[in-house]
Amino acid sequence: MIPVLLIAIPLLSGLIGFAIKNSNSAKNWSLFTAIITLAVAVYGLTLDKKAPGLQFDAEWIFALGSRFSLALDGLSQLLTLLTAISFPVILIATYNTSYKNAKNFYALMMLSMAGIMGVFLATDALLFYFFWELALIPVYFLCSQWGGEKRIAATFKFFIYTFIGSLLMLVGIIYLYLHTANHSFALKDFYGLHATIAPKDQAWLFWLFFIAFAIKMPIFPFHTWQPDTYEQSPAAVTMVLSGIMVKMGLFGLLRWLGPILPMGTWVWGDTASGLCIIGMIYASLVAMRQDDLKRLVAYSSIAHIGLMCLAIFATTEIALQGVMIQMFNHGINIIALWIVVDLIERQMGTRKISELGGLAKKAPALAILLMIVALANIALPLTNAFVGELLMFSGIYSSEATKYNVVFTTTAAVCVILSAIYMLNMIQKVFFGETNALTEKAMDIRWNEKIILGVVVVLIFVIGVFPQPALEFTKTTVEMILTKMNFKN
Amino acid sequence: MSKLVYLVPLFPLAGFLINGLLRKKLSKSVIGIIGCGTVLASFIVSLLIFTEVRKEGFQPVLVNLFDFIHVGALQISFAFQVDQLSSLFLLIITGVGFLIHLYSTSYMHDEENEHYARYFSYLNLFVFSMLILVLGANFVILFIGWEGVGLCSYLLIGFWFKNIDYSTAAKKAFIMNRIGDFGFLIAIFWMISKFGSVEFTEVFAKSSSTSVAVLTGITLLLFVGATGKSAQIPLYTWLPDAMAGPTPVSALIHAATMVTAGVYMVARSNIMYTLSPITQTVVAIVGLATATFAATIALKQNDIKKVLAYSTVSQLGYMFLGLGVGAYTGAVFHVMTHAFFKALLFLGAGSIIHALHEQDIRKMGGMKKLMPITHITFLLACFAIAGIPPFSGFFSKDEILAAAYEKNPVYYIVGVLTALMTAVYMFRLYATTFLGKFRGTEEQKHHVHESPSAITIPLIILAILAVVAGFIGIPEVFANDSHWLQHFLSPIFAASEKAHPTPVAAKSTEWMLMAVSVIAAAIGVIYAWARFSKKPELGEPQGFGKILANKWYVDEFYDTIIVKPLNAFANFLNEVVEKSIIDWLVNGVGRTVQYSSRQIRLLQSGQVGGYILLMVISLVILFLVEIFVKK
Repeated sequence: MIPVLLIAIPLLSGLIGFAIKNSNSAKNWSLFTAIITLAVAVYGLTLDKKAPGLQFDAEWIFALGSRFSLALDGLSQLLTLLTAISFPVILIATYNTSYKNAKNFYALMMLSMAGIMGVFLATDALLFYFFWELALIPVYFLCSQWGGEKRIAATFKFFIYTFIGSLLMLVGIIYLYLHTANHSFALKDFYGLHATIAPKDQAWLFWLFFIAFAIKMPIFPFHTWQPDTYEQSPAAVTMVLSGIMVKMGLFGLLRWLGPILPMGTWVWGDTASGLCIIGMIYASLVAMRQDDLKRLVAYSSIAHIGLMCLAIFATTEIALQGVMIQMFNHGINIIALWIVVDLIERQMGTRKISELGGLAKKAPALAILLMIVALANIALPLTNAFVGELLMFSGIYSSEATKYNVVFTTTAAVCVILSAIYMLNMIQKVFFGETNALTEKAMDIRWNEKIILGVVVVLIFVIGVFPQPALEFTKTTVEMILTKMNFKN
Repeated sequence: MSKLVYLVPLFPLAGFLINGLLRKKLSKSVIGIIGCGTVLASFIVSLLIFTEVRKEGFQPVLVNLFDFIHVGALQISFAFQVDQLSSLFLLIITGVGFLIHLYSTSYMHDEENEHYARYFSYLNLFVFSMLILVLGANFVILFIGWEGVGLCSYLLIGFWFKNIDYSTAAKKAFIMNRIGDFGFLIAIFWMISKFGSVEFTEVFAKSSSTSVAVLTGITLLLFVGATGKSAQIPLYTWLPDAMAGPTPVSALIHAATMVTAGVYMVARSNIMYTLSPITQTVVAIVGLATATFAATIALKQNDIKKVLAYSTVSQLGYMFLGLGVGAYTGAVFHVMTHAFFKALLFLGAGSIIHALHEQDIRKMGGMKKLMPITHITFLLACFAIAGIPPFSGFFSKDEILAAAYEKNPVYYIVGVLTALMTAVYMFRLYATTFLGKFRGTEEQKHHVHESPSAITIPLIILAILAVVAGFIGIPEVFANDSHWLQHFLSPIFAASEKAHPTPVAAKSTEWMLMAVSVIAAAIGVIYAWARFSKKPELGEPQGFGKILANKWYVDEFYDTIIVKPLNAFANFLNEVVEKSIIDWLVNGVGRTVQYSSRQIRLLQSGQVGGYILLMVISLVILFLVEIFVKK
């Protein structure tokens, strides 16, 4: 029942939310239900992996052979947990923001949460597709209704982009469906296809899925929607998009594309890896030239996601474990970065790095917290991201899936230097130096913001120093994915 | 006691947390007591550990705290290793570190409470990181400390963050170090892929059966890391800029922590270096080149801290020369003696700066009478660094030079020339600062007085150490078995010694070498004393001197060939590729779709006749397809 609850609670919360008149009650209602969802997710962690409560299966669209089946394994537990933690954090961090039509805003937020949960939980391809779209639609409205000045253009681009990707994926899903023995959408039947579908068909099928996922992550050159959308969206939505929704692309690779089409993945692995690396370097360099804090974080995220995608194609246990832990780390770290950006914007009325300066003197607590999050973002040892990056890079270096493993690792690792450059530049220009007329008035952060950022900082260090329990958690899933991905015909 | 080694880093960590978190609540005296007390406690534990380690036949102790990362066959434990090398470094770090903390209580006393606490918490974190670095039992734990000291230097160099130049220097230090760390990281990945492990014991054991090519690659990459951390060519330019931090921080960076990390790392992995002769040659040449190059720059600097900074770069070059020629003990010995005299020099310089609020030696002079304790201790340190016997620097430098001679006499000759330059620039500094007439303002003169005891006591202790520390490594030519340090460290370098025995020079050769280097140093001292005590260089340098004063324009060179092109390229990507190419293509797709849908929309004219015509045409096409294509 737990997987159903993880979807149903936010779904109902959203639907009820539309009917709540008072905007404060709507806010509290969605925060309350988000916390309940978190409690359910945490309870799920305590259960044995084989417990029946972690699976769900029911009749859905009988005529098509599609079932409403959900499952929690290591991978989906990790990502649903990330989702369940992120939403309360986001809602608390942006608690002081007031929106027009607030009830609709919060209701849509919860609906997107339900959709995201469904994406991570579905073990039926049609259901997966259904949730994939369901997660997108509320976000579309959130951006276009509550976004910045250029929101219409940005959301249009975002929507068309991801929608084209989704359609390609739908074609792929239908093709696979037609090739299952008993015309089924079930994940396990899809997993049986790796040997029956010829490598040359796997090769073109690969792109139908990969483009859909690559747009979502995003991978160069499918990325241009992202900085625009992040820039124009309200902070809370940006957090959802960058903290959680980009993981849908990585998740798609791990759960669907890699294991189902191992030969296709193998054939195109080097090409896709090349795109990832170009994107990493490209995004890091472009990040160096950004004056808008939001765009800077957006490009930095493209670089980080590129590394995770690259590590998936390495198909080694070390690399995949790195991806697992890093998906979680990236989620909380980037949300923390957005919180800081949002705090600065709300107070100063600008996100322009060149207009800020000297904030460390006026807001020392904010400066310290941002410093820690920024250091985690550049993977300093004893922060959570170091563990992920160490594992991913080591795994890519020892990969046997490609003969360019050394070139890939060394080129990608240049981002270790570049990320330090753009993050430290940003810190210097925003926090150090003398205050100017604008920053002279700045105040330090409030207690609720302190607590939320404090929680993230604690998580950063706990995972950074004791990563082993988290790694144990995803071990069996990783092994399962690996055996499927390493299938050779 | 060795089992309790985790206490050594734990104390400074606790100090960091307490002072950091309670910085607004604690009074200055409490902050000072916590800051100094934690490091003192670590020093005491280190001493106890040392007494255990120095016993004959001590076996390395591994203290496994917990499994850090365990994935598949890869197991990285959070473990500390106690042996002769790490215990020696523990003493240097906590001992010299404590004196610098003590000194800071007075030096930083004018800071506001909050910043005073922030300063001490960073200082403690610095010591903590360095302790992790030398205690780690594998390359990953070492790397944690390695990047940790990089972070702390960043925080402390930019301590006065309101000054944008300072934070730029801090940033430069971090990024330069990151470039080195890039090499270090690749080496780690390589080791994981090659050996399936990063544990010292395992990697070193497998080294002898590994191909020389692989070992050369790994050691060179590790050395790239060392050039960043230990300020060697080509990554040394951050260290002189690091002077932006408070002076005791410079002492900490240059003596007790940070820059010696590269030397420690190579000494720790000595077997890998011994087995890769190409790397050794590279290390020796880079070390020697850095030693000489930095010494030439130091000749013409007028900022008291800059002279000392370049002298550090130069002395580190000596250490790497020693490592490169296989004189591992000599290099570690020089780390130790250098820690004493360089800490002393910086703290002495700090004492003057504190009194005068001035760093330009052209505006000093005559400090001998004004600050007698600072003067005498500084003078002793100058003798030590110049290599005048029997001061400590003589013994350690001589050991490196003798080994260099055995490897290649050219190394020795260049090394001695550099020693000559060292003596010249140090005594130029000494003479200009302390001798002659006071050249500052009347007001400065009125205010100058000897520093308080929190400053002078560390100076005196360090001066004693700088004088006598050499006696733990008396060359064998004086007496048999007189080199205590060599004996003590022999288990660490045993495997290297076995693979490549250090050639022992004839006694007569060694006397000769020693004589030459002492004469060179003495010439330098006498020349500089005579030249600069009466008539200091006060004007702007001309001709070749100007090139030296401008540090060979290396910063400008890097700026032209790396920084500017990189920024221009990033700009090009951002302005042209991103906006005009990729986005244009994407929007182009959008435009095409919109355009074609506008065109197709015209078909839906609402006139039934048009629809029927289209239907007929389509049907005809369908039929044709059925008949001809689908046979």
